[in-house]
This record gives sequence, structure tokens and C-alpha cells, in this order.
Amino acid sequence: MPQPMSPHFVFDIAHLLAGAMVLISLMMLYQDRLPALIKVFALQAVALAASVAWQAYAHDAPHLYVTAGIAILFKGLVIPVALHRMVARLGIHRQVETALATGPTMLAGIGLVGLSLVVMLPVTATSDPLAREDLAFALSVVLLGFLMMVTRRNAVSQIIGFMSMENGLILAAAGAKGMPLVVEISVAFSVLIAFIILGVFLFRIRERFDTVDVDALDRFRGGRA
Amino acid sequence: MSLPSILLLLATPALAAALLALWPSWRSGAWVNVLACTLAFAGALGLVVHRPDSGPYILVDDLNIVFIVLNTFVALTTAVFSATYIAHEVETGRMTPANLRVYHAMYQVLLFGMNMALVSNNLGVMWVSIEGATLSTVLMVGLYRTPEAIEAAWKYFMLGSVGIAMALFGTILVYMAAQPVVGEGQDGMVWSVLVTRVQAFDPALLNLAFVFLLLGYGTKVGLFPLNAWLPDAHAEGPTPISAVLSGLLLNVALYAVLRFKLLLALNPGALAPGPLLMGMGLASLLLAGVMLYRRRDIKRLFAYSSIEHMGLIAFAFGIGGPLANFAGLLHMVMHSLTKSAIFFAVGHVAQVKGTQKLSEIRGLTTSHPALGWALVIGVLAIAGLPPGGVFMSEFLLVTSTFAKPFPLMLLALPLVAGLLIAFGALVLKLSGIAFGEPTPGTAPVKASYGPLVVHLALVLAAGLYLPAPLVAWFQHVAKLLG
Repeated sequence: MPQPMSPHFVFDIAHLLAGAMVLISLMMLYQDRLPALIKVFALQAVALAASVAWQAYAHDAPHLYVTAGIAILFKGLVIPVALHRMVARLGIHRQVETALATGPTMLAGIGLVGLSLVVMLPVTATSDPLAREDLAFALSVVLLGFLMMVTRRNAVSQIIGFMSMENGLILAAAGAKGMPLVVEISVAFSVLIAFIILGVFLFRIRERFDTVDVDALDRFRGGRA
Repeated sequence: MSLPSILLLLATPALAAALLALWPSWRSGAWVNVLACTLAFAGALGLVVHRPDSGPYILVDDLNIVFIVLNTFVALTTAVFSATYIAHEVETGRMTPANLRVYHAMYQVLLFGMNMALVSNNLGVMWVSIEGATLSTVLMVGLYRTPEAIEAAWKYFMLGSVGIAMALFGTILVYMAAQPVVGEGQDGMVWSVLVTRVQAFDPALLNLAFVFLLLGYGTKVGLFPLNAWLPDAHAEGPTPISAVLSGLLLNVALYAVLRFKLLLALNPGALAPGPLLMGMGLASLLLAGVMLYRRRDIKRLFAYSSIEHMGLIAFAFGIGGPLANFAGLLHMVMHSLTKSAIFFAVGHVAQVKGTQKLSEIRGLTTSHPALGWALVIGVLAIAGLPPGGVFMSEFLLVTSTFAKPFPLMLLALPLVAGLLIAFGALVLKLSGIAFGEPTPGTAPVKASYGPLVVHLALVLAAGLYLPAPLVAWFQHVAKLLG
């Protein structure tokens, strides 16, 4: 590096990348086809990888590059490809069933982003400035992931909501300066484990119902209090 | 001396899980399972005798040793019960040998996760362990592959992972609060380091962290309003899993909440964690108490009773003070022992009757006297009738609430109301189950009475007489909890 970068530039890039993740989370909310949703999820994984890599560079924490690599390889490539195959094999690349229409969902999403800014910014006023806004963005991504899990009835979209939530958590963990690597790797691992387990579930659901619509499960609740 | 104990506690379940995943015969697999649990229990007892020094990863102190001993003991007795239980399930074709390999391996993974979470000094490792334990139970809840079981497992997984995500966010926030004071890296996650420096942490950040942690781990404890997964997960999985879920996993999650409560209590600027715990505890108690009346499924009935009792325990730790904390600890131990005993009995009852519907289970004391009366004793004990140990802890809790200064003592009213509501519901349901004309399904039952008798005997003995060293130990821990 010929000359040290101004701290403003470092913040701006970090915020740009983290902000992009929030934006992509909002984009996911209005995708109504599974293949498109999976592509947007892959895009978020790329944004996450870039964001984590930038944190690694700015904080001079080389171990974070590993986290960035895991994000781009597993979440940006392996998982989307696998999901695409699953969706194609199950023949569910039609409309996504949503429990709530797109308009109200987007409004709720914007509300959640506002909420996380209001909650996080005053609390983190004294912490490391690079981590501060990142944490607010990360909470937004987590909450939008929740929202996605709540408003979608389709099992594949719920999985994507869950993984997008984990993206937010990794963003937060990467933003916390010097947080031990143990945690980040285990987070990545648990996502993988979660994925395998969910895969097993989907397989079973498919086996029994010929559908992965979680609504189909609810039919069996009748008569049991 | 101390190193082997820790190894027994952690390495045995880990190795046993790998071994059991490959073990060809389920019959001998069940006894390998029991053997592994015995070794882990021996490890826990070893820790009582000789305690290792705490390092960055391992911490054994007065608080978690109670949990560790209880945890490994109930895991052992449940493994014995499970051996008889699964033999019947294989006969009726509900479980296959391949299923059982997964079942036994996951049982040990669960045990490993819980033990690891309890002895871990690192908050990150604790989080990973609890997540691992949760995932293993998700697999076991879905084991029967019926639509209901898959739905229950899905719901459990979704709510559990939301809880777990919140807990991780809270853990990250704790690290953020610690980092300016403790410095970067490993130390910022080590509980025993944090607890000595927590006075200087930023209170606002710590408060926010605790809210996330309470909601996150509180989901796993089954506290209102995050309890929706619990009845389904208990009702649809194999009964030994209901016993370890109620008796153990809920306690481990509560233990995590207690660790963070201790941190917060030491920071002068942070909010008092007590009222939050008290509020959630009372709400769980009252809600579950009312819900008990409308249950039609025997395992769901006792699952709601677990929500009620976890609410009581959270309330006890929330109100604080040496007496209430003592009551909370005692209640936790008594609830674990009694509730798992009840599930042992219920497991055999459901097998012999071929149903879990309360309306189809009647007159047990006539058709199966031993099982029926054991269930009667267990349910009366959990409902809080003397001389059971649960009566003593509930009595202590109510009196210690009354002993608080004026506005706080009023909380004793909803507390007593909740206890009475739940008592009424349990006695009402019990009279139907135990007495009257027996329903079909009167074949003799091949039950394992050992675990059942041991648990109930311990509970009754504790209600009549608690050994002085045990009381002194609990009092010491209660003081630690503040």
C-alpha cells in the first residue's frame, strides 16, 4: 500500500457493503419465484463475503478471510446449486406462497430496518466506529431473515430465510473486532449442519406428502389440542 | 485425577456417538448407550471429588457441578428406561434397526452437547454446544416420521433456530461490551475473565445483550411467549426423548441464562435482570396452568406441566435472594427427577394402551397396579403434594416471596394462584387416568421399574429429609447466585 487510506474511506466501503446486504435482504422479500429467490440469496452471500473480507483487510485480521472464503464457497455456490437442483427435482419452481402480500411485507421490512437502527445506534455510540453501523446493519439482516421465515409458507423459502439470518449473524461477528475464530468457523459449520438436517427433513416431507409446502403439514393438526 | 474426570464426561459421549452410529445390533447398542452414560456419570462424580482448575475453555465451579451431576444421572436412568422402551417399539414396528442407530448416536451427541455447554468457560463454545444439542433432539423428535412428528420437528427446528440466532447475537453483543475493557481476542469470551471485569462494561450494550440472550435461550427453556415448540416436540418424539428434553435440556438452557444474569448483576449501571425473569416465569406458570385443563394427549399434558415448572424456576431465580435461589435450585432438581419419572411411566402406559389420548387411558390402577400407582405418586409429587420434594421447594418459594418487602410480596398471589390452578388440573386428569373402569389394552407390561423407583424414591426422600452437606452446598450456590 503506497499511502495509508483515510479512515473515512474505510468506513464508507464497509458501510456500502453492509448496506448492500440489507438491500438484498429487502429484495428477497419481494421475490415470488423460488429460482429467483435462490439467486438473490447467492448474491447476498457474495456481498457477505466482500463485507467480511473488507473487515479482514481493515482490521488486519487475516483469519477473517477464511470466513469470507467459506461464505462465498458454501453459501454463494454450493448451497444455491444444491437448492436449484432440489427445486427442479421437486417441480416447485412456480409461484411462492406467501402468508402476507408483498406490499405489507416490504413495509414491515422497512419498519424492522428502522427499528434496528433506532435500537443499535445509541447503544453502540461509544464502541469502535467501524463496528457500530455494521452491527445495526447486521441486526437488520437478522430481523429481515426472521420476517422471511414468518411470511413464507414454503419450506425452501423458510430455509433461505434462515440462512439469510445466519448471514446477518456472521456480519455481526466479523464486525466485532478480534472476536475469536473459533466462533466464526463453528457458525459456518452449524449452518452446514443445519442445511444437512433440513435436507433430510425435506426428503422426508417429500416422501410423505409430495409437497414441501409447510401448510400441508398443518392439515394434520386437526383434532389434537 | 481431575483430567480423567473431564475426559470421561466429554470424551465418552463423543466416542460413544461415533461408535453407536456404526453399531450393528440395536439390542447391544442400547446397553452400550447405558455403559457410556454410566462412564459419564462416573466422570461427573469424579468432578465433585476433585475439581480441575479453570482454564480458558473449562470451568467447573459450585454452580455448574449441580447441573452436571443431575444431567449425567438422569441421562443414565433414561438410557436404562430407553433399552426396554425401544424393544417394544421395535416389536410393534414403529422403529427399525436403522432408525435406532441414529437414535442412539444422537442420544450421545445430545449428552455431549449438554455436558460441553455446562463445563464450558467460553461463551462461544457454550453457544455452539447448546445448538448442537438442539439439532440432535430435532432429529430424534422427527424419528417416527409420522406427519405429526415431522411437523413437530419442523416447528421445533424453526423456533429453536430463531432462538439460537438471538442467543448468538446476544453473545456477540457481550463480546462487544467486553472488548474495550478486556481487550481483543480469546479473553473477551471467557466467562471467568468477564465476571471479574464486568463492572467497567458499557451498561447499555450489556442490557441489549441480555434481552437477546434471555429471548434466545428462553426459547429453549420454554418460557412464555416462546413455548410453542415444546408440547409438540414432547408429544411426537420417542418418550425417552421427552424425558431428557424436560428433565435436562431445558435446565441447560436455563443454566446459560443464569450465567448471563450473574454477569449483569455485577454491573452497577445495567438493568436488574430479575424482573424480566420474574415476568416471563409468572406468565409461563399461569398460561401453562390454564392450558393444562384442555389437554387431550397424555404427553402434551406433562409437556405443559414442564412449561409451568420452568416458569416457577425462572421466577425463583428472578426474585433472587438466598432463600428463593435455594428454592429454585431445589425445584429444578426435583422437577427433573419427578418429570422424567413421570415420562418413564407414561412411555410404558402409552405403549400398553397403544394410544396417547387421555380419553382412551382409564383405570390404570386396576389394570396395571404397579405402573398406575407409580404414575399416581409421580403426578401427586409434581403437583406439589407433601411429602414430595416439589412441595418443599414450592413452599420455600412461596414463603420467600411473602417475606419480600411490600410491593414485591404481592407477587405471591399470582404465584399461589398459578400453583393451585395447575394442581387442580393435574389431579382432575389423574383421577381419569388412574381410576374407574379400565379401557382396552390390559395386557401385562414389560416395564423397567428400576429408573422409575429410583427417581421417585429420591424425590420422596428429599421431601422428608435433605442431608446437611447437600443443604449447605445448595445454600452456598444460592448465595453465589445473588
